[in-house]
Amino acid sequence: MKRVYVDEKWCLGCHLCEYNCAFANSGLKDMTYLKNKAIYPRIHIEGEGQVSFAVSCRHCVDPICVKSCIASALSKSADGVIKVDQNRCVGCLTCVLVCPYGALMPNEKGVMQKCELCLENACGQPACVSGCPNKAIVYEERGDVL
Amino acid sequence: MRKYVVIGNGVAAAGCIEGIRSTDLNGEITVVSLENHQVYCRPLISYYLENKTSLSKMGYRENDFYEKMNCRVIYGKKVVKIDADLKQVVLDDGETLPYTKICVADGSSPFVPPFEGLESVKNKFSFMTIDDALALEKAVTKKSKVLIIGAGLIGLKCAEGIKDRVSSITVCDLAEHILPSILDYDCAAIMQAHLEENGIKFMLSDTAVKFSKNKAQMRSGKQVDFDVLVLAVGVRPNTELIKNINGQVNRGIVVNDRMETNIQDIYAAGDCAEGNDISLGGKRVLALLPNAYMQGHAAGVNMAGGNEVFDKAIPMNSIGFFGLHAMTAGTYYGEEQGGRLYEEKTDKKLKRLYTKDGFLTGFILIGETERAGIYTALIREKVPLGKVDFDMLQKSATWAAFSKDTRQQKFGGVV
Repeated sequence: MKRVYVDEKWCLGCHLCEYNCAFANSGLKDMTYLKNKAIYPRIHIEGEGQVSFAVSCRHCVDPICVKSCIASALSKSADGVIKVDQNRCVGCLTCVLVCPYGALMPNEKGVMQKCELCLENACGQPACVSGCPNKAIVYEERGDVL
Repeated sequence: MRKYVVIGNGVAAAGCIEGIRSTDLNGEITVVSLENHQVYCRPLISYYLENKTSLSKMGYRENDFYEKMNCRVIYGKKVVKIDADLKQVVLDDGETLPYTKICVADGSSPFVPPFEGLESVKNKFSFMTIDDALALEKAVTKKSKVLIIGAGLIGLKCAEGIKDRVSSITVCDLAEHILPSILDYDCAAIMQAHLEENGIKFMLSDTAVKFSKNKAQMRSGKQVDFDVLVLAVGVRPNTELIKNINGQVNRGIVVNDRMETNIQDIYAAGDCAEGNDISLGGKRVLALLPNAYMQGHAAGVNMAGGNEVFDKAIPMNSIGFFGLHAMTAGTYYGEEQGGRLYEEKTDKKLKRLYTKDGFLTGFILIGETERAGIYTALIREKVPLGKVDFDMLQKSATWAAFSKDTRQQKFGGVV
């Protein structure tokens, strides 16, 4: 399956991916509406100074978050995408406790949200990838072991 | 054709069924369920009372799960005996089920000490099952004064769940602080203060010694009037079936990393089992939903002739009350045991990282829990701290503290 991969060599640490992600999932018409608002993106820049890189869901082959979810709100679809059913999530944060990548964070209401590869919003492909000025984030196949 | 009997119908059983079917599509699976419900998300019973979920959303799997998995489910029946010689189990109605492999996944039961006069209390409840929650829901009104015996995870989640449905809640516990199974005194004090701010009253180092109808006589000499009593003193793993056939039982049914008991063809998983805790380097009952699923799955695969080990079990809890979250994991070694502690503490936030012999063995986080899974993975994967920038990690759970190569592997490849 196609996943989001990051190459920190090219990451500028500009945080544009966070804005593109928040906008893509906001339903807003124009990104300027995000000005002066707290954003809750599903991708985060970590690191500082010389080292920076983006972290979002790795869509693990064997996802521990799915196995650990006490509300059965997390699931792995047939095509390998890990999704959260926000209607079922009770905000217990067990997935935050177990995700080795620190990739899961709740939204402003305390309900979990996560990268679902922009497959179900208007973007068609991950907004973080389309908007990365330095191609530090890509969306491609990289050899799943079947 | 193999005949599988799964005793119990909780999350460990669901994991077991899925484990079996990942390996054997044809074998016959029979599930014996004491509760008259399909597998549901047990930890959600307090969220149900809090109106954060509904019965229809509490199913752990889709309604057609058993059909899809081609299982027979026997509801409302209890296994009274395993006959390891005849290789059959006997149900309370006399039905016998022959087996090739068994998984004992029948959880734990509330432990109720013999309180004097308890029989005179009309409205008394345990808080373990959906039926308990539904019964409690019926019994409480806006005027109810509730007394909860036990300030552990179950008692306090119950308190949070019913807070807005009742007039007052008092929680008592013999322990001198709340959540004694996961927090120490100082950490518990932060959570207790928060619960008190949200209207929960505590009587600690104290417990009821005698009941008469709607009154509890406390050990301290105080008296508590109540309308509804919740008994959440503790739980005990259901081990009798295995004990009765001389299987190895400590607190729980002893299993190895393949979830095998010491009796041929009998496996155990979930809250009734006692498996390896790698943060402890010994056996421990780990009554947590994630472990139940993973143990069940490993049992199922192995029962079906496959090979799966679950050798990364650790205690871990994410628990929130009225918006304040606590996360705990692993084992907290004190200085006298060769452990070292890193601590950051403010009024409503706390971070404690416990290390020993160059490994992270446990942590307690209250209030700030972002990316806690990075710490959990250090424990689960036994990552030598020499391989990471632990000074950086202490301050913040971040992948920046790992080597560039590790990052490249994890964020540039399939994981």
